[in-house]
Amino acid sequence: MPKRVLLGLLLACGLTAPVLAQEPKTGGVINAVIQPEPPGLMLALVQNGPTQMVSGNIFEGLLRYSPKLEPLPELAESWSVSEDAKTYTFKLRKGVTWHDGKPFTAADVLFSIEMLKQTHARARTNLAQVDKVEAPDDYTVVFTLKQPFGPFLGIFEVGSMPMVPKHLYGGTDWKTNPYNNAPVGTGPFMFKEWQKGSFIRLVKNPNYYEKGKPYLDEIYWQIIPDAAARSVAYETGKVDVLPGGSVENFDVPRLSKLKDTCVTGAGWEFFSPLAWLWLNNRQGPLADKRVRQAIMYAIDRDFAKDVIWNGLGKVATGPSASTIKYYTDDVKKYPYDPAKAKALLKEAGYKGEKIRLLPLAYGETWQRWGEAVKQNLQDVGMTIETIATDVAGGNQKIGDWDYDIAFTYLYQYGDPALGVGRNYISSNIAKGQMFNNVEGYSNPEIDKLFADGAIATPDSKRKEIYDKAQKILVEDVPVAWMLELQFPTITRCKVKNLITTGIGVNDGFKDAWLDK
Amino acid sequence: MLSFVAQRVLKGVIVLLAIVVLNFFLIRLAPGDPAVVMAGEAGASDQVFVKQLREKFGLDKPLPEQLFIYVKGVVSLDLGFSFRQQAPVAKLIGERLPATLLLTLTAFAISLMLGILFGTFAARFAGTFLDTGITVFALIFYAMPIFWVALMGILLFSVTFDWLPSFGYETVGANLTGLAHAVDVAKHLIMPAMTLGLFFMATYTRMTRASMLEVKRLDFVKTARAKGLSDAVIQRRHVLRNALLPVVTLAGVHSGTLIGGAVITETVFAWPGIGRLMYDALLQRDYNLLLGVFVICSAMVLIFNLITDLVYRLVDPRIEFAS
Repeated sequence: MPKRVLLGLLLACGLTAPVLAQEPKTGGVINAVIQPEPPGLMLALVQNGPTQMVSGNIFEGLLRYSPKLEPLPELAESWSVSEDAKTYTFKLRKGVTWHDGKPFTAADVLFSIEMLKQTHARARTNLAQVDKVEAPDDYTVVFTLKQPFGPFLGIFEVGSMPMVPKHLYGGTDWKTNPYNNAPVGTGPFMFKEWQKGSFIRLVKNPNYYEKGKPYLDEIYWQIIPDAAARSVAYETGKVDVLPGGSVENFDVPRLSKLKDTCVTGAGWEFFSPLAWLWLNNRQGPLADKRVRQAIMYAIDRDFAKDVIWNGLGKVATGPSASTIKYYTDDVKKYPYDPAKAKALLKEAGYKGEKIRLLPLAYGETWQRWGEAVKQNLQDVGMTIETIATDVAGGNQKIGDWDYDIAFTYLYQYGDPALGVGRNYISSNIAKGQMFNNVEGYSNPEIDKLFADGAIATPDSKRKEIYDKAQKILVEDVPVAWMLELQFPTITRCKVKNLITTGIGVNDGFKDAWLDK
Repeated sequence: MLSFVAQRVLKGVIVLLAIVVLNFFLIRLAPGDPAVVMAGEAGASDQVFVKQLREKFGLDKPLPEQLFIYVKGVVSLDLGFSFRQQAPVAKLIGERLPATLLLTLTAFAISLMLGILFGTFAARFAGTFLDTGITVFALIFYAMPIFWVALMGILLFSVTFDWLPSFGYETVGANLTGLAHAVDVAKHLIMPAMTLGLFFMATYTRMTRASMLEVKRLDFVKTARAKGLSDAVIQRRHVLRNALLPVVTLAGVHSGTLIGGAVITETVFAWPGIGRLMYDALLQRDYNLLLGVFVICSAMVLIFNLITDLVYRLVDPRIEFAS
């Protein structure tokens, strides 16, 4: 078995980072890499990956999620759901203060929700299910939904719904608020310094409500824009933590073998990044289901996993990643079968029409993957033209439906109602926008299944609905699912308990400690 | 001379405004909408949200109105606000400018000094082994891509020998002050400055060599030699000084572009300068920030060109300023 495959298996099993039951030690400084440099740290206003990675230490949500995606208390210490599944009551922790010493109360929750509806695209979508939010007292918040919404308890982690201090943002122009550049949260670490282009420094919150935590004194997020330089920074001991995606995949096996290095693939369960090819269902050969199925057969996804992703990840079976709720692999299978692909193309009457392929401009691995897919498709007789763009340009082309095949990967947020359905329901076909149903797939049965799945109770009913939806989608191939991606986190082995939830490094370092 | 400078400054302002207008439209020609980029990062996108963002950025206004607002701002020295980074553009550029100036001016000094030195030696010993050696040495650094030289430098001096830091402007968290801080910054500066400097050095070396060989053939050099002046004096006072004019011209062109031309060096060495700020702004379609960086870079080119013209006079007193 190739070593990289073995590494992938070990990561999948979480065997390379055993969490030992040791007594945490207090003190120490961690140097971690952040890439790219976040445009801002105010999580309610900026929601890109690096912002959450840093600000997940500063801000908090009402809940966090275990690796099995069960809700865990954070700013809410308990919660209850009414029998009709329309009223959710959260009891907030008492004694929580913002970093400036002011108390955190239900008024902050109400304010945050109103603000996020205007500033946070995903929170806005999630909160569309809410009829009203009330605060009967300072430490209770009651959400009343318009109708039952199965995944409602899954929308409260810090990146999806960060809590914002009302006393600092209320009545101000949010976009120019000075606290955007010196954020104040309730989290285990406080913002101290940001030397643009160099580093972001967070220091321990001495008044954190969980006694004894955080264990670390400081975190330095080092900004190193070049992937090779990030690898060297780890090799030369200048940084201790390389969060998932910090280095090119071909460097992972080498770095993993360094002395005192631990690697884990854990901490991405909530996001469950799934890579696929958008297929423009509207026009040309791709409007024919048989051509889309041929693409699934034509692409050697095991090769992509083993060679391009160095054994990291898992071949996707359909629209849901295997790590999220209601996943099923009881669907049609598409093994690598060029002969079958050719037969399907012939049957569909494909005559070599030119098909445009947009790779994803996220670095070397993605470029290589684009070339491999192009070669696979050419091998079965398709004429492929690669279109080179940067990320913003590519997004615009895809949003404007000006493409044939395009790479992407999206987070699934733990539940099909949050992160899967949005890509396949016909009400999400809206020109000019990304990350919705840009492929133009329209199937009333799928629309109904996702609508029913979101509000169905109990869980077994939801499972039944989503099983059916997955079967239909895999048969129709609205997009070509590629891999469940894995972004291994590489650390010095002295860094303990860095990842304790399904949100991983994005959930902050409050449990992390250094075994000095 | 004063009227010459005043006239050049006035022309420079007009050129700068023309550049602003041109850049304003060029940036918008590139596909990619800042509002879609931002909405997309949240992992969701709906029409109302994107519309709100466009309104917030002022992108919903007609293009001429957007241009008018921007130019009005630039004229009153306001480079606008980066919605992406939630800070005034001038502040963002101001934070990065010192690091870029330190890097590029050091690299510029290295390239100019080494280039003239090597060029002089090459011309003095033209046709010898030393001449060939210098030419080959200079061309190696010119021919190799900057990112490659940078990575090899890191491999050799950081990973293998552990002599120099591989990234950054200073040792983060060391809290050094005074001389210790200066030494620390200098250590971090050596590799990026040498990488950038050695690249430009080749052109100065070749230019100095060619120019000196040309001047050496002129009659006044023969006269100087006939007068019995020493070879060193002839080379320094008569040949080099006259040969420097094309080198100064080239240096003027280079010095302006150094500000925005260090993107690769800054990226590989994680040097917190303007080049990277510009690159990030481009990827994120941060229009105001990108335009702001372009304004500064253009202003630098104009300023350095003016300085070049003034240096001509110092190098060759026969040149007079036309008013």
